[in-house]
Formats: sequence, C-alpha cells, structure tokens
Amino acid sequence: MKARAIIAGVGDTAVGKLEGSSCLALHAEAAAAAVADAGLESKDIDGVLCAYSMTMPHLMLASVFSEHFGITPSFSLAVQAGGATAAIMVMQAAALVEAGLCRNVLVVCGDNRLTGLSRDGAVAALAQVGHPQFEQPFGFSVPAAYALVARAYMAETGATPEHLAAIAVTARRHAGRHPKAQMRAPITIDDVLDSRPIATPLRLLDCCLVSDGGAALVVGRSDMARDLPRRAISVLGTGQMNTHEHLVAAPSLSEFGCKASAAQAFGRAGIGPGDIDVAEIYDSFTVTLLVELESIGFFARGEAGPAALEGALDLGGTLPCNTHGGLLSFGHSGAAGGLFHVVEAVRQLRGDAAERQVPNAELAFVHGDGGILSAHCSLVLGRV
Amino acid sequence: MNDMPEFATPETQGFWEGCAAGELRLQRCNDCSAWQFPPRAFCQTCRSNALSWEPVTGRGRLASFTEVHRAPLPEMREAVPYLLALVELEEGPMMMSNLVDTDASRLRLGMALEAVFGRPGLKRGPLPLFRLRDGTASEGT
Repeated sequence: MKARAIIAGVGDTAVGKLEGSSCLALHAEAAAAAVADAGLESKDIDGVLCAYSMTMPHLMLASVFSEHFGITPSFSLAVQAGGATAAIMVMQAAALVEAGLCRNVLVVCGDNRLTGLSRDGAVAALAQVGHPQFEQPFGFSVPAAYALVARAYMAETGATPEHLAAIAVTARRHAGRHPKAQMRAPITIDDVLDSRPIATPLRLLDCCLVSDGGAALVVGRSDMARDLPRRAISVLGTGQMNTHEHLVAAPSLSEFGCKASAAQAFGRAGIGPGDIDVAEIYDSFTVTLLVELESIGFFARGEAGPAALEGALDLGGTLPCNTHGGLLSFGHSGAAGGLFHVVEAVRQLRGDAAERQVPNAELAFVHGDGGILSAHCSLVLGRV
Repeated sequence: MNDMPEFATPETQGFWEGCAAGELRLQRCNDCSAWQFPPRAFCQTCRSNALSWEPVTGRGRLASFTEVHRAPLPEMREAVPYLLALVELEEGPMMMSNLVDTDASRLRLGMALEAVFGRPGLKRGPLPLFRLRDGTASEGT
C-alpha cells in the first residue's frame, strides 16, 4: 500500500523583535522543536527542505543548515517561491515521502528580517521582485503592486476600504488569543482607515509585519502515526499554480492562480471549500486575503469583505481564518511567515490551539502565494 | 545613445533606443504578428526568432493606479508621493509606468492615456511615462 504523508511534528520560535537572533539559530531552534514534537531524534531526519534568507543569502542554504544542525540528509533542497515557499515545501515533502524517497523530511524556515535587515532594508530587498527594467525604474514596491491589484479589485467588486480594514481588524482579534503573536493590542476599523497611507488604497495596517522568527515541521509516513507522541495530521491534498512572476505579465488583474491551485488540492483530497473547518491563508496585505478567499471559492466575488465585516472569519464565524493572527498580526519572517500558517493549521487539527481553538476542527485549508499573486500552493490537511 | 539607461540589455536595447528617440516601440513577431512585452529573444506565441521593433501608438487605458507614499528605496524618498500605474496598451501588452501632469483625484480606471517621455522624480530615464489624453478627466468609465 502506498504510504500517505503525515505531518508528524511542528515547532516554532518566539516571533517579533528578537535581539541577537540569527537566520541559522532560528532555523535550529525551530527544527529541534519540530523533531522533538514528532518524537524523533535529529539522526532520524533523512530529508531536509530549506527556503531562503534575506539576512544570510547563500547559494546552498539547505546544506548550510544541515551542517549547522549536525545532520547528513540523503535528500536536501532549498526552495525559493516567496510566500508560496512554505506550502510548496510541504507539498514537496509529502511527494518525497509518498514516492518512498524519504521517511522523515524536515521542513524548516527562519530569518531575522527585523533586527537583521531593518524595515527599510526589508522593503528595499522585497522591491527587487519587481522587473528590473520595466517595473523597478518607476518606483515599484511590493505594497504598491498589491495596491494596484487592490484598486482593480475594488473597482470590479465594489469592495470598500472598510472591507479591507475588516481583514486587518479580524487578524488582530485572532492574534490577541495567541501568546506568541507580535501585535496583540486590539484595533478598530477606524484605526486602519486612519493609519498612514503606504500606497493608496493600502494603509499601514493593511500591510503585513516585518518580524524575526522561525518555524519547522516534520513530514513522515502514515505508518508511523500510531507511534507518535502527538496526533498525526494527514496531508490529504496539495495543489500548485504558477501564472507569472511580474505584475505586467499577469494574465489578469482579477483572476489569479489560487483558483487552479486550490481546485487541485480540493480535487486530490476529494472535498470542497464548504467542508473546511478552519483556513490559514496567506495575508501579506488585506487585499491578498480578500482576493484569495473569493478566488479559492470560500465566498462569491465581492462577498468576502462584507462577510469579514460581519465576523465570518472570526472564531465562531462561518470560516475561522488565520486563527494565529496571520502575517498581518502574528508575524512575517520571510518563508517562515507562510510556515506559521501550516503550524497553526496542525495545532487546530490536533485540538491544541487553546483559547483560539475552532471546536472539532477536522479539515483545514492552507494557502501560500508568492510574488504578486504569482506562485500559488494549496494544502488540504486533516485528522488521520 | 548616451541617454540609454544603464540597465538596458541586448534584448531590450530596441525599447530603450525608442524611448531615447521619443517613440514607444514594442517587439513584434515577423511570422505570427504577435506583439510582446517585456522583450525577449524569441516570440512567446509561436517561438519564432524573427522579431522586429515597431513603433506603437503610445495610447492605452488606465488599468490600475496607486499613489505611492512609502518609497521603496531611500533615494526615492524625495519623489513621494508619485503615481504608479498599469497601462493596457492599444496593442495589447500591459506596461507599468508613472502618470504625470495629473493628480490621483482626477483618475478613474479605464481613462484614455498617452505616452510621453521624461524623467520622473526618480532620476532615471528617459522613461516612457503616461498622461491623460486631452488632459481631461471626462473619459473615465
């Protein structure tokens, strides 16, 4: 019988402004936590997937990490797909396990983006995703690119700044229930609308945080599930779609690859959006989440914003979403930012999410997007 | 030629030569007639290697815009706020550019635009910039 992939262990570090932290130390701390959570020892890890680092760029980050951590994996790979990276790493790890190439794959990310780079440095580094000749010379920035998407989305759907703000307010409310979240003080719709403009219509509180932090997980085989110290979580379906890198080459300003990516993942899991109990979806900006919620099929076009205003994404709503606070309020430390979404989904499905627990959560949906809604990866996770 | 931006490459030379001459030029396939942007060494539609640089109308419509208040680089701080836009050219391709001689309150998506050439506050160029055609705000949809 074909082995199914499970998430056997998860781990994360503190998140926020972590003086003295480093890319490798955050990797090692998160990795050790995930390996221990899976009831394994580091020598049991035979596959390593790393992402990328802004504070310590390297040609071979996975090798650098393995050397630092003291392991000699028989499979090693670094993945670079911006915000889609974490979900892609889980998809790849599951494929390696199901193909029989690895037994225990460690997926690990971490970066000290805040203390190691400064907010200005992070903004400048991210602006390099713009086309060097046909976007950057005009003053491209990642927030500006998402602002261009936001303007088109609002014109098409009638969404208002209040609808965008509702996403930020909901994220902050969720973060208030997570002891590790970087920003926990409640905010109001007016706070968002009164925050300073970054690139209209996006304001400061429409934008994700810049954080230090790390996260990790171990993907293993379903036949190890009964020996695990914790409840194993199945990878039920995965999907991916890549339509462009630069916004000038996007096939559309209103339809993005999240639709096909999610459809693949749902199809492979044999379920639909209506079956999902909790969603952890990439929220680099408020508009990112609105576009994705509708494109993926959780809400009809133009209805995610009004639903968010009415509490649909909050605990007790029809689709509790980003229950840790997401990139907007929990934290965003590069590829680890996307991995926080996966870690939170696992904790929800295990029933370990304490006061932010979605009752009886059995099926979770996770989505990451990289670039300017360029690269997409979706995961359907469930209790074994 | 001394006005070519330092970042021009062999594949994009024709585009920037056009800008230096005050003319918007795009790549067009000699075999299938498809326009393409950004430039590359082959036709993305039919894979032909026979491409020409052809002048285009420079007209397009406003697909989206944002007024940027947070500069991505320290050297752009003096330029904020500036208008960043996506312009859908009449020939089909989408370009990113800056809007000049207007302000955000006059802009509506779908407005008719035309290319002009110059240096926005960003100290590079000459770049293809866009302004409202006829200088009016009445053409918005």
